[in-house]
Amino acid sequence: MQTAIMIVANYPLYIRSVPTQGELKFHYTVHTSLDVVEEKISGVGKALADQRELYLGLLYPTEDYKVYGYMTNSKVKFVIVVDSSNTSLRDNEIRSMFRKLHNSFTDVMCNPFYNPGDPIQSKAFDSIVSTMMVQAF
Amino acid sequence: MSPAQWDLPPELCCRPVAFVALTGLDVVYNAIHRAIWDAFCANRRADRVPISFKVLPGDNEYPKCRTKRTSYEWYIPKGILKTGWMNKHLNLVPALVVLFYELDWDDPQWKEKQSECATKVEIVRTSLQGRNTKVAVVLIQKKTPLPPGEDLVASERASALCGACDLSGKSLFVLPHTDHLVGYIIRSDFLFLNKHQFKMGFFSELKQDTQNALKYYRTAYSLVHELRAHETNMLEIKTMAGFINYKICRLCFQHNTPLDAIAQFRKHIDLCKKKIGSAELAFEHTAWMSKQFQSFGDLFDEAIKLGLTAIQTQNPGFYYQQAAYYAQERKQQVGQLCSHEPGVGYPAPDPLETTSGALDFYGQRPWRQGHQSIDPPDSEKEKQGILALQVKERDIPHSELIIALLSNAVAQFKKYKCPRMKSHLMVQMGEEYYHAKDYTKALKLLDYVMCDYRTERWWSLLTSILCTALKCSYLMGQVKDYITYSMELVGRASILPEEQKSRIEKNLIKVLMNEVPEPEPDCDPLSVKTAQSLWSDRISLAGSNEFTIEVQDYVPFVQCKAKFLSPSFHIDEPVQLHVYVRADCPHPVRFSKLCVSLSNQEYNQYCLLEDASKGKDILEPSTQENMCLVPGKTRKYCFKFVAKTEDVGKKIEITSVGLMLGRETARYVYLNWRGGWGDAASSHETLQACRSFKKRTRFPEQQVDWDTVTIQSSTMIISRVPKISVQLTHEPPALTNEMYCMIVTIQSGEDTVAKDIKLTAGLKPGQDANLTQSTQITLNGTEVCDDSHPALLPDIPLGDLHPGQKPLYIHCVSTGSRILLFHVAYSVSATVEGKDITCKCHKDETVTLETVVPYEVAMKFVSSKFEHLERVYVDIPFLLMMDILSASPWPIELVNSEVQLASSMNAIDQPQSQVEGVTLQTSECASECFLLKCPPVQNGTTFAGDHANIVIIVVIILAVNRHLPSYVLELPSFGRVRESLPVRYHLENRTGLVQDVEITVEPSDAFMFSGLKQVRMRILPGAEQEMLYNFYPLMAGYQVLPQLNINLLRFPNISNQLLRRFLPSRIFVKPQGRNGDTSIEAA
Repeated sequence: MQTAIMIVANYPLYIRSVPTQGELKFHYTVHTSLDVVEEKISGVGKALADQRELYLGLLYPTEDYKVYGYMTNSKVKFVIVVDSSNTSLRDNEIRSMFRKLHNSFTDVMCNPFYNPGDPIQSKAFDSIVSTMMVQAF
Repeated sequence: MSPAQWDLPPELCCRPVAFVALTGLDVVYNAIHRAIWDAFCANRRADRVPISFKVLPGDNEYPKCRTKRTSYEWYIPKGILKTGWMNKHLNLVPALVVLFYELDWDDPQWKEKQSECATKVEIVRTSLQGRNTKVAVVLIQKKTPLPPGEDLVASERASALCGACDLSGKSLFVLPHTDHLVGYIIRSDFLFLNKHQFKMGFFSELKQDTQNALKYYRTAYSLVHELRAHETNMLEIKTMAGFINYKICRLCFQHNTPLDAIAQFRKHIDLCKKKIGSAELAFEHTAWMSKQFQSFGDLFDEAIKLGLTAIQTQNPGFYYQQAAYYAQERKQQVGQLCSHEPGVGYPAPDPLETTSGALDFYGQRPWRQGHQSIDPPDSEKEKQGILALQVKERDIPHSELIIALLSNAVAQFKKYKCPRMKSHLMVQMGEEYYHAKDYTKALKLLDYVMCDYRTERWWSLLTSILCTALKCSYLMGQVKDYITYSMELVGRASILPEEQKSRIEKNLIKVLMNEVPEPEPDCDPLSVKTAQSLWSDRISLAGSNEFTIEVQDYVPFVQCKAKFLSPSFHIDEPVQLHVYVRADCPHPVRFSKLCVSLSNQEYNQYCLLEDASKGKDILEPSTQENMCLVPGKTRKYCFKFVAKTEDVGKKIEITSVGLMLGRETARYVYLNWRGGWGDAASSHETLQACRSFKKRTRFPEQQVDWDTVTIQSSTMIISRVPKISVQLTHEPPALTNEMYCMIVTIQSGEDTVAKDIKLTAGLKPGQDANLTQSTQITLNGTEVCDDSHPALLPDIPLGDLHPGQKPLYIHCVSTGSRILLFHVAYSVSATVEGKDITCKCHKDETVTLETVVPYEVAMKFVSSKFEHLERVYVDIPFLLMMDILSASPWPIELVNSEVQLASSMNAIDQPQSQVEGVTLQTSECASECFLLKCPPVQNGTTFAGDHANIVIIVVIILAVNRHLPSYVLELPSFGRVRESLPVRYHLENRTGLVQDVEITVEPSDAFMFSGLKQVRMRILPGAEQEMLYNFYPLMAGYQVLPQLNINLLRFPNISNQLLRRFLPSRIFVKPQGRNGDTSIEAA
């Protein structure tokens, strides 16, 4: 089953997809999903932005995938792409996956040797993502 | 099968309307009939019921009606929906036939006409052959009918006619040919409609009652899926399901329930997705799927045009996109399934040929129409049929279909604010054009979207696009594009593996050597051949071998940073410039030229590094090695030049840095960095680098860390540091109006003669405008400045420098501090880098000068009794007291003082200066006093005084009362106790009026007196009155005199106090002498 997890700050910070051969397609999918993210956050008023729900929900439907979005307060977007035939993952599961990712991402950001904006190269983060992908898919 | 096989039949897509046939109208020759026809057809507006009209001859052949079955027992259906069915009911079988007949009620040949009409009706009936079609008769009459019920003949004949024609009374109409034709016709429209409502079954319900129709369709849809599906009838089921789904979605949109439409469509797709049917004809399934999405997209789009609002995540674009995906899949399947060996041709008896030329039922195979069993009847025929379909499929222009769908989707996504989706689809279009071998269009599209991905830093996507673009440019032999894309693919923005980069770099080098590059992998072999010949042509082609690439739009594999070593350079030192170049390609590259363009192009010649001639201005010894860029290493090139003296005070900017790759003899490309640095990716990299906490690694000598190189793309040329000193000698503060002397001493420390020294001295510009007006500068101290002297003396030529002094006088009219500027400019010759230049130097010296008032003059008027006066009165002498208080830190000598009196003022004695020659120390005060008198005048008085060489003018306005009498008192200077003291009051009326005066004398404790205690009298103008009193003092000392009150009866407002001012109020009374009293008196 095809899945991908991406961390994006308008440009990719971290990409992991299974299987790897169709990666380019995932990249395009995630890239185009940013349109929806942008539209979603522009719709939210300034005052509400503070209490904004970080989880953006299902971004857009395609025949083959479901694309879910999440945005941190620092405007870094997390995108999870799952095969649309995967019915075991419901909204709640996706939500908790995002929360886990966010926690791990925060740890990465706290690393004084990590330069915000650089691609993420962290073993800890890698392993979290790996276990998540094994568990979930 | 035509390529339009997958298109929905037009009669399905149109909105079904009832078909009404009109007969008996001769529209060609009869003008009246024509008018009737036009009224039916023309200007059918929305307010009229949608009906399609057709004029047919009376004996028109209508489609034959087959005998209806009474039951479905033993009925083996041959198919679901015959292909002609919809068309038949839309265009062939009318719901109503209207017979037009010209007949007036009072026609003389009524009987004959009636039977003729009946015959005509009969003919129509026969030709319809029992179809459930209604017939109506319209009588065209020339006369306006009478109101119903009044024309007995008409009603009688009408019923007769109905009987003859076997019509119900409701089916007979009268159409009087009058002015109100259109109105009648509209009315009759509705009537026709009511009559054919029951007709058309399925279809008329569609028109009249779409809700019901929807219900029917939904049932039909579920029934279709209940049919047993197997390989042979799969296509038919899907075709029907597609038709019904289309109808349902269309109606849902029409009912403004788009969500129902979308849900139905999703259900439809989910149900049919897996019904692939025959594996050999899998492309049929994908083609069908594609068509489903496309037609849904069309419906959606149409609904939007009619007012439906779509959203970003639910718009027709997604359906077109999906349609395009299926079309792409179809194309792939065609590649797999239809790649027959060349020998396999189209089967000889065309299995797709049918006797009628068309299919009887939608979605059936032509070679086994009506066949309903699971296994094909003839396996050989089946094979032939499949082969025929496959061969046909091969010829379909798939790319065109895909591109059309994609461009539909692009148009939609553009509308719904999905720029990235739009770019993505455009990439797909470009790739499809590439597959369709339309490389020009492909390149155009790819080039258009490339920059979006570049600015968004999606390198993975950019790399993939670049690879396709590189292939296109290779296949077209586009040298410049090929070079540009290669450079980017080799560089740091590309995520290609090293061996790919290496291959591309080698090709790039070949191109630069004017050789044919190796073909890109996975290209169409035929196109590669064409490309190779194109490239060989390019070699022989002279010229057009020079290319310039503006780097800021790309991310090439060479990076450059150029910087001045300092933000400013003195004219007498060389300007230094460093250019850092770095390559990130897999193999070292050699460049042949590096040149820097500066804003002043004259310097460009000094900032040039060329292969052939080793520039003499280059500091580092340049060798061949120097021109080679080793991957990952930063090279530094140093340039320096001497700025021109004209450029002092000007900015020199790096406009661009050019790096030439290739050779002038072969082919070369200029990489041009505007502003000396930066390509499409550098600004972000710089930002990241400066954010980075990474420990900067120490680089060995001559090695530079790329990220630490900062940019300094412009520098100021500033004048040489002057080696002179300017000293100012003066003693502040200055006094107001003083000719204040400042001595400027200029001393040269130059090695050579300082020539053309010019001094500009004066008020520093840019201060308060009032200061400019109140400051005057002169070199001549002997005379006092006036307004004609400027506040700033520019360019006082001093010639060549002789050590000396220059006195300067400053005249400050107002107090306060002011900044004075002394600007010394000169030129001196200097030698820089072996060049003699004349440097202009200047030195500025400023000083803040405080100006104070030297002395203050206070003036007051006092009466002859030294009492303070607020106003002076005509003819009454008063004193002008003048106090001069020194505020100067220095002793001041008063040279002279003078009172300049206005003509209206007289001095009583000669006003001579009383302070002449007096020297005042700080805060000492000198006073003088003048006795003045005011003759009768109209108004004010002006006083002026002059002290030393400073003039001060004081203007005091005094009010003089003109209408008051004046009083003179003759009073001895002292009295003595118990000795009579005669006092005489003179009252003089100096006004032009007769004055009534009441005089009273109030008693006093100190005096007894005799005389008129209270008197009233009248004094004529100019006349004088004397009053004599004898006072008898009772006490010694200063005693208050008995008070004289004067009342002017005509001027009750004049205060008694005011008049009394002129009268002495006290007198000194000496005590009575005792001994030697006479001696005192004698003394």
